[in-house]
Amino acid sequence: MIALQKLHKSYPIGKGFLHVLKGLDLHVQEGEFISIMGSSGSGKSTLLNILGLLDTHDEGTYELNKQKIENLDEKKGAKWRNELIGFVFQSFNLIAYKTALENVAMPLFYRGTPKKERLRIALQYLDKVGLKDWAQHLPNELSGGQKQRVAIARALVTQPKIVLADEPTGALDSNTSSAIMTLLKEIHNDGMTVVVITHEEDIAAQTERIVRLKDGVITSDEKTAQPKITT
Amino acid sequence: MFDRDLWREIFQSIQKNKLRSILSGFTISFAILIFTLLFGIANGLQNTFESFFVKDASNAIFIRTGKTSKPYKGNQTGKRIQLANEDFDFLKIKNEAKIEHASGRIFKNFNVAYKSNRNNYNIRAVHPAHQFIEKSLMTRGRYINLADLQNTRKVAVIGKMVSDDLFQNKPAVGKYIQMQGIAFQIVGVFEEASDDNENRMIYIPINTAQSIYEKNDEINEINLTYNPSMNYEEALDFGYLLKKQLQQRLTVAPTDQRAIRIQNNAEGKKGIDQMMFVIGILILFIGFGTLIAGIVGISNIMIYIVKERTKELGIRKVLGASPRAIVSLILLEAISITSLAGYLGIFIGMGALNFIDDKLEAYFIKDPHVDTPLLIAAVIVLIVAGCIAGYMPAKRASKIKPIVALRAE
Repeated sequence: MIALQKLHKSYPIGKGFLHVLKGLDLHVQEGEFISIMGSSGSGKSTLLNILGLLDTHDEGTYELNKQKIENLDEKKGAKWRNELIGFVFQSFNLIAYKTALENVAMPLFYRGTPKKERLRIALQYLDKVGLKDWAQHLPNELSGGQKQRVAIARALVTQPKIVLADEPTGALDSNTSSAIMTLLKEIHNDGMTVVVITHEEDIAAQTERIVRLKDGVITSDEKTAQPKITT
Repeated sequence: MFDRDLWREIFQSIQKNKLRSILSGFTISFAILIFTLLFGIANGLQNTFESFFVKDASNAIFIRTGKTSKPYKGNQTGKRIQLANEDFDFLKIKNEAKIEHASGRIFKNFNVAYKSNRNNYNIRAVHPAHQFIEKSLMTRGRYINLADLQNTRKVAVIGKMVSDDLFQNKPAVGKYIQMQGIAFQIVGVFEEASDDNENRMIYIPINTAQSIYEKNDEINEINLTYNPSMNYEEALDFGYLLKKQLQQRLTVAPTDQRAIRIQNNAEGKKGIDQMMFVIGILILFIGFGTLIAGIVGISNIMIYIVKERTKELGIRKVLGASPRAIVSLILLEAISITSLAGYLGIFIGMGALNFIDDKLEAYFIKDPHVDTPLLIAAVIVLIVAGCIAGYMPAKRASKIKPIVALRAE
């Protein structure tokens, strides 16, 4: 699903360059549940941006869904993000003046789905995350965990190829965190490729594979002894 | 661009962000309102000035005669120069293309009676064209016409105050008044809004006066209006030409300033035109000043709006909004608010001007109004300005990396 080869990325800082990613090689198969770990400054955010088509790489190759990502302009990036990737953020990033349902339906708006259809699908996914009864509530009427569920429903609504979750539990207490992780696990069990970026060991431990990043290089890449939950 | 879904999105954004929408709308409404009021009031001022100066047609020329002040071709100083019907006809034929209307005038003052009501009034015996030179507005009946002259009819046209004096509220047209013992039938009543002296005037046919009272063909004064297509210089030259023609005809020294006197309203007209021009510039200045203030206001607000929405735009981009979608979202919202608010501003402004109407006439503001096309143009200017002001930050926002936008709190 994801294939990175000798990926390099640097940012201009003053007169020089900050070399953030120093030749990453990473392969993620379809249906994997993987976490990328690293402390701040390790390059994991940069990696997330590149994986999420929010930023471009300098050198090396990036293949997503067997498609080579290069010469990515804004328009193409927007289209592919919409079709291939679902995002979940630490700070939820819901639009404050839209209801939960409208927030979930948002990606479908940019896909050109008619309104009725859009809201019908969105309600399905809200139901899936257990928030059907909260469809007409605004984000500020929801708890943190509920907001993250809405965000996850929004990430799934376009039936993407991968879900990228950037510190999905970073703003939540431990009980809510584990509920969200359980939800991600369920999504994974439905066959979705899920990539979690985190710096918390116990969150990473709940995934099936942990990739550790330090100073722009991968220091370890190992499967966890995670028994696959069967429902 | 005319996607129904997009508009729904925009109206939701306007509706759900009331403070922001009202704030930007208020700026536009207020700018247009002030623009309308100032423009209207300035126009009102101009109307007042115009009504001050246009008692008589502004292109009028008056020709009067007196005694010579210089000896010329055997005539001694002090010879009385007298205009007559032939002189009038001579000028009319000779300057046909340059004259718009022309009339002779004979002045009288008679004791006029209707039944037991009697009073002294100034009488003017004139040609039919005099109506247009003096701008007499008929409220009843008709003015003196050509048939009156041809048949030397004893008819009269009276001013409104004469009618009020002699007939009170009763209709005057058709009644007979006694002037110096001779009965004249009233054929019309006129009114001049700005000049009460005129409203105390009685007009009769010029040759009726000549045959009944004067027993000669003399004229006291010739009054004409020149062709309005003439410019200022041409009009002045025409005045000098008339004087020269009469001096030759009546054997008056070319340098004699007293024998034949020409009063040319073109001379005053230049001053009025200049004053109007200055007021016009003032109006333009005020109008553009307000517009620029409005433009600055809407620009600031657009920049603020885009900044406020950076995070939302970032989210939209992450979810698949193309840069074009972002720009059109911002711009269409700006256009919607500006048009709506502009319309509201026009509406209130026009309402206020209609309310003022003639209530401020004591302050020299008469019938203030603004042409609707001008107002629409002003709103369009503001919309365009809002678009330009919104486009820059919207374009920048559409280019900003979503991840940077999301980090912005």
